Amino acid sequence: MTAPAQPDPTGTIGIAPGMTLAKALNRALHDEMSHDERVVVFGEDVGRLGGVFRVTDGLAARFGDQRCFDTPVAESAILGMAIGMALYGLRPVVEMQFDAFAYPAFEQLASHLAKMRNRTRGAVSLPVVVRVPYGGGVGGVEHHSDSSEAYAAHTPGLHVLTPGTVEDAYGMLRAAVRGADPVVFFEPKRLYWSVADRALPAEVAPVGRAVIRRAGTHATLVAYGPTVPIALAAAELGTAEGYDLEVIDLRSLVPFDEQTVHESVRRTGRAIVVHEASGFAGFGAEVVARICEECFHHLEAPVRRVTGFDIPYPPPRLERFHLPSVDRVLDAVSSLWRDQ
Amino acid sequence: MATTDQSGQVRSNHDIRAPGSDFDPPGRPAGTSETVDLATALAAYRAMVIGRRFDVQATVLAKQGSLSVYPSSYGQEACQVGVVLALRPTDWVFPTYRDSVAVVTRGVDPVETLTLLTGDWHCGYDPMASRTAPHCTPLATQAPHAVGLALAARCTGDDTVALALCGDGATSEGDFHEALNLAAVRSAPVVFVVQNNGYAISVPFAKQTRATSLAYRAVGYRMPGVRVDGNDLLAVHSAVTAAVDRARRGSGPTLIEAVTYRIAPHTNSDDPSRYRDAAEVEWWRGHDPIRRLAAHLRRHGVLDDDVQLRIDADAEAFADRTRRGVRGRPAPDPADLFAHVYATPTPQLARQARQLAAEIAGNAEPEET
Repeated sequence: MTAPAQPDPTGTIGIAPGMTLAKALNRALHDEMSHDERVVVFGEDVGRLGGVFRVTDGLAARFGDQRCFDTPVAESAILGMAIGMALYGLRPVVEMQFDAFAYPAFEQLASHLAKMRNRTRGAVSLPVVVRVPYGGGVGGVEHHSDSSEAYAAHTPGLHVLTPGTVEDAYGMLRAAVRGADPVVFFEPKRLYWSVADRALPAEVAPVGRAVIRRAGTHATLVAYGPTVPIALAAAELGTAEGYDLEVIDLRSLVPFDEQTVHESVRRTGRAIVVHEASGFAGFGAEVVARICEECFHHLEAPVRRVTGFDIPYPPPRLERFHLPSVDRVLDAVSSLWRDQ
Repeated sequence: MATTDQSGQVRSNHDIRAPGSDFDPPGRPAGTSETVDLATALAAYRAMVIGRRFDVQATVLAKQGSLSVYPSSYGQEACQVGVVLALRPTDWVFPTYRDSVAVVTRGVDPVETLTLLTGDWHCGYDPMASRTAPHCTPLATQAPHAVGLALAARCTGDDTVALALCGDGATSEGDFHEALNLAAVRSAPVVFVVQNNGYAISVPFAKQTRATSLAYRAVGYRMPGVRVDGNDLLAVHSAVTAAVDRARRGSGPTLIEAVTYRIAPHTNSDDPSRYRDAAEVEWWRGHDPIRRLAAHLRRHGVLDDDVQLRIDADAEAFADRTRRGVRGRPAPDPADLFAHVYATPTPQLARQARQLAAEIAGNAEPEET
């Protein structure tokens, strides 16, 4: 772990090589709170404890109890309060402690946060960020490993972001806080401890753009959040089997950057979507449908999905059977040529 | 649930005559008149008469099909008006679907107030301009909004107070309790006013809770809980004024239960004869808040037949404006469907907007992709 960079005159710290994804998120919150005094952070255990994943570490001490504070365990009211604060001009960032514990807030999310701009024909904006640690692979017991992104993505009015790298965690969270619309920011739990492996510019990432993490010509792997490293590892291993695979990190599920996806698939002619959530009616179904609608005449093989099974999230000792693995991705890759 | 006591008088067990409460005979408001000056009381009376005329007009428009639905607050005017007149224009109010009279009392245009119910759009007024949140339909979900806004105001250094309205039915919702607790914990400058009108659609108060008063809820959150006669403008107004002042002073939230009665059906499509006796409704008609305040004002010489005629004329004019406005309003614009989902429409939404525009123009050619 390298020493943190010196703050610049605006109080921005940025991120450094060796920094974990959790720390990068922490820096993003710190830097946005320094940048804009309207930014407030609250939720369960985010104050003195610094959040169960330490993403809010030090913010209460640095910015005071009015701008970073603990709440009672009441997810619906946490989000409801954020809505009221945004109505008065603040920019709240709330933490839902774990994916499945965010469900009590779903009514506030779907019925108010997502709809207020539309309801008031643009008179009211709600620039609220809802941070949701999500996904499995960390040995969590029941209710600690859900992938709930499709619920949010299916709700018009919300932006849905999920970073797959340390750099994006920083840049995308800063962009989310600055946005005009509500954002559900899904943080892949099992990447919290991943580290940046190179010098990282402290930049605010554009919202709504996917990125090609690895260029390739044979097939396109579409991933986001926790499956980005899986797809990259599969692409790396695939070279030994002669596959030249392109990897797209969606980063933003809503807005969905279909242009980047479609251009890639039109070049490669083959596509696989990889996500942790159950496949049935999952976000991958939307990606596949759009590829089939828009790229059908460029396709050389059926578009495949590698996803979690259509089961409630398994207990820790069985989760490895459920999660999309590098092997499962490579099996899907080879199936794209099976019938030829 | 209504029962008939030995004297043959119908009693509803959400009624104000619960143990420990005072309920003066009709025409004599509970002894709070010294806290509301006559000018304020007369202004409130005028707003109540206008509000009721508006409410009746809206029900008529609903029956005529001009509104999709109208949830009436007939009989709850002391609450609707007493609450709003206790607020400053810079304060915020968070109304429910039954609080249209409160919204017009706030000064919002009557046709814009009814936009949700005409079905033109979900909210017709600018909440930022009137500091009145959109009518909230999901029960109690606006309560935490009020808490958040109150905290944001304090955080900003303003002395704004937020007031959340809800009904007795909403007090069974989790958000109601979460909001009260959070308000108390953070000492938010917010006031919660429950209009206990006796029914959650068809379910009487006695089947919603074993508590004899919703004001008791406040005890568990360690905030003041006040139970007032919700058909007594003076009682409602003075209780809300005290709570608003307390919030503004930085002393934290208050829960007020205003006991009133929903004279009208839940909405124009409800059939209350299936779940309550007409005699119960008649008993409450005998405790009409407008008639009670009128008696008070006449006794003090500030209301006479001339003043009443002028107020009635103002109410007629307001109803006329409402009726003409609703009937003469322009058709909603389908382009609005896409324009405000996000600050900047996604490419997909922009495409769908063009598709619908082409359909409407009679030119539904599939677009080049």
